[in-house]
Amino acid sequence: MKKATQQTDQQRIYQEFAKKREPSPSIWKNCLKAFIFGGLICVIGQGLQNFFIYYFDFNEKTAGDPTVAVLIFIAVLLTGFGVYDKIAQFAGAGTAVPVTGFANAMASAAIDHRTEGYVLGVGGNMFKLAGPVIVFGTTAAFIIALIKTIWIQWGG
Amino acid sequence: MAMYLSAFIVGGLICVIGQLLMDKAKLTPGHTLTALVVIGAILDGVGLYEPLIDFAGAGATVPITSFGNSLVHGAMAEGEQNGIVGVITGIFEVTSAGISSAIIFSFLAALIFKPKG
Repeated sequence: MKKATQQTDQQRIYQEFAKKREPSPSIWKNCLKAFIFGGLICVIGQGLQNFFIYYFDFNEKTAGDPTVAVLIFIAVLLTGFGVYDKIAQFAGAGTAVPVTGFANAMASAAIDHRTEGYVLGVGGNMFKLAGPVIVFGTTAAFIIALIKTIWIQWGG
Repeated sequence: MAMYLSAFIVGGLICVIGQLLMDKAKLTPGHTLTALVVIGAILDGVGLYEPLIDFAGAGATVPITSFGNSLVHGAMAEGEQNGIVGVITGIFEVTSAGISSAIIFSFLAALIFKPKG
């Protein structure tokens, strides 16, 4: 009993020691990777947006929609070929935070569960990872918009 | 050309915030994305996200934070016309492209591709 607590004490000290040494360089590296990959995806998005503004009848406000749709299509395709997850392992948040990561989460869940059938497997699991984003985003947006709408109607 | 640079920097920085939330705050990717969406919604609520889009273009519209921004935007646009009911009917107005394309393409991908490994 005594021995066990002593050992965990030692383990705790070691873990603190290891914690101090290990993560700081890897966090910098991870942040740099996330910055570069996330930035590059946004640059691709900017290129698509300009393409839609110049060659189709979109303006700066409306060009965001087709841009997001094309990025999602590319991300789903890359997920299907297994390329996106390889990049994501390297890029971390750089590929998770852009809307492509959202599409990747949905597509990989859908593809992985297709053996369980299309209705319960694909349909039921597609939102397993993306669901929280939609639920909390929608609820937060509802509360914020409600407060603002009441504020505007009563104030002005 | 300047737009590409600001898109790169702002988009990259938002991803760095996400990376820090995962590495430093030890959040799961799911929690991180959820937090970023709520942050985006709050930023639009106080009127700060729109200037960011004007400055950074796709650097602000491509990260998931813009999803929260679009939800508030759609809800507000209808809310100004139809009051509280409009908030509910308009909430998915702007994000329809993103959500429906993600659903449709993901389902088609599940029809075509087989799971890896």
